[in-house]
Amino acid sequence: MTENVIEVRGLRTAFGAHVIHDNLDLDLRKGEVLGLVGGSGTGKSVLLNTIIGLKRPDGGEIRIFGQRYDELDRGERQKLEQRWGVLFQGGALFSSLTVKENVKAPMREHTDLSPRLMDELADLRIAMSGLAPEAGAKLPAELSGGMKKRAGLARALALDPDIVFLDEPTAGLDPIGAAAFDELILELKSTLGLTVFMVTHDLDSLHAICDRVAVLAEKRVVEAAPITELLQSNHPWIVEYFHGPRGRAALGERG
Amino acid sequence: MANGANIGLSVRTDDGRTHLAPTGDWTARTVSAVDEQLRALEDQVDAEAVIIDLGGLGRIDTAGAHVLGRILTPCGAPNGDFHFVGQHPAARQLMVMAREVAVPCPPPPPAGPGIIQLLDRAGRGLVSAAEEVVSSFAFFGEAIAAAGRGLARPDKIRWAPAFHVMETAGLNALPIVATLSFFIGATVAYLGAQLLQQFGASVFAVELVSFAVLREFAVVITAVLLAGRSDSAFTAQIGAMRMQQEIDAMKVLGLDPFDALVLPRIIAMMVMTPLLTFGAMMMGIFGGMMVLWAVMDVTPGFFISRMYETIPIQHFWVGMSKAPVFALVIAIVGCRHGLEVGNDVESLGARVTASVVQSIFAVIVIDAAFAMLYLELNI
Repeated sequence: MTENVIEVRGLRTAFGAHVIHDNLDLDLRKGEVLGLVGGSGTGKSVLLNTIIGLKRPDGGEIRIFGQRYDELDRGERQKLEQRWGVLFQGGALFSSLTVKENVKAPMREHTDLSPRLMDELADLRIAMSGLAPEAGAKLPAELSGGMKKRAGLARALALDPDIVFLDEPTAGLDPIGAAAFDELILELKSTLGLTVFMVTHDLDSLHAICDRVAVLAEKRVVEAAPITELLQSNHPWIVEYFHGPRGRAALGERG
Repeated sequence: MANGANIGLSVRTDDGRTHLAPTGDWTARTVSAVDEQLRALEDQVDAEAVIIDLGGLGRIDTAGAHVLGRILTPCGAPNGDFHFVGQHPAARQLMVMAREVAVPCPPPPPAGPGIIQLLDRAGRGLVSAAEEVVSSFAFFGEAIAAAGRGLARPDKIRWAPAFHVMETAGLNALPIVATLSFFIGATVAYLGAQLLQQFGASVFAVELVSFAVLREFAVVITAVLLAGRSDSAFTAQIGAMRMQQEIDAMKVLGLDPFDALVLPRIIAMMVMTPLLTFGAMMMGIFGGMMVLWAVMDVTPGFFISRMYETIPIQHFWVGMSKAPVFALVIAIVGCRHGLEVGNDVESLGARVTASVVQSIFAVIVIDAAFAMLYLELNI
């Protein structure tokens, strides 16, 4: 049995009277790529934000590396936060800093690296995320949507985290870029033992890189299993998702 | 594999070969300890003769791989087997990755000497100030044109947002405007009473308060407060809409942002500023009246009857006449800067600042011009 890095038990989140999740259970195992799918408005991003501590759960508990986020003091929280990197949907780059300064920001804050080494490492991250070197000097406003995502990933990887959270990483990327992104995630996973939690609707990504896929429906995770098992499921939403016209198309190419 | 072990590096030279034995965890948080040592080594040793012993290495990430693998970069076959002894599950693969992708970003273009930069900035500032003036007038013209369209077709004016702005920017400002003018009136009365007492003419404090509050203070305090409060809100609202591409969406849908955003705000300000000014006048005089009553025993009844006798109504109209002008300037400056916001937060901040500064500046300058005009006209 592999170790769980994140355990969500009986989670309840709500905005006022509107309950988003109720009694939700979810595990993220060390070294796996977990895809989270669900219809629009089922609270995928809310779940992500709750796990990384941006939103307080209204019930249940979330353990990350065995620790409950809400029980930690400030210092321990910061330590925990350094062990994950987050790529938000729109990149969420600091708009007053260049891409390179964005990537350096977490290193500057949390390490004692020399400026020269920090420079080299920032270049490395920028190149790893598939950006051209010239992009380093640009401001986020000058980047396209896809480039912002890559820059966001470069920043998320700045401290070589154990877990990365990706919110729709391939949405808005061209197919070549999306495939390269998948490739990159796989490579990082195999070399660094990175654990990846990604919210995605990209069926190709799901097939290509996710070890398991968790399906969010009816306010909870109805199933979390490798995609081959999900294809056998007879839950109506899952059937429609994977056996609808687009699901079939993505599956068909793989024979 | 030692877990969480301290980072270390031992270097041994024999046979002209350099053996490097990294130990402990080589991660982004630890590598700064060995970075300088390795950098010095890189210049001294022959890369072809470096052998790295991976046996004692703990965890390694891309930062560690970059620092450790750097020494092999100049040689012919950086991943050749003879460079490595010992086994590590990820180190070699990571070093290859770090080396293959590492393309340094070009440094920013060198800046010229300080004096040139200073002149450059000054020149740019001058040109942009000139452009600012031109575009202000262009915007003013467009706003007038939109107002003309509105007058021609009053049913096309968007009254709902106009009334909404009247409430948020006008009515909601009443408490602060009233409170501040109360204190201004009180201050003027207090100073006037003390000063005039020396000449035994303290009863003239009534005239001083009424004159100052009606002609100047009420309208200027109102305008400055609205410039700080509502003008900045206009810029921020419209600017945020621009950043979200809402303005673009309006244009594509055939909605003129002037009709939809600017005109309702101008109308709302033109209606509310005189009303707020009236409120400010009342409260300013009330403040003065209270102070004179407390320190000089001038009863409110006497105050009012003396004001009625000595202060002609024209002073009230002088103050009131300035209110719509200030309102127009504040609304136009606020909306114009909002529409000029770019795509980044930086420009939003810069525009809000510029908008507040310019509208307060304009209010004071226009007020001075009015003072001279009315003086010449003997009003």
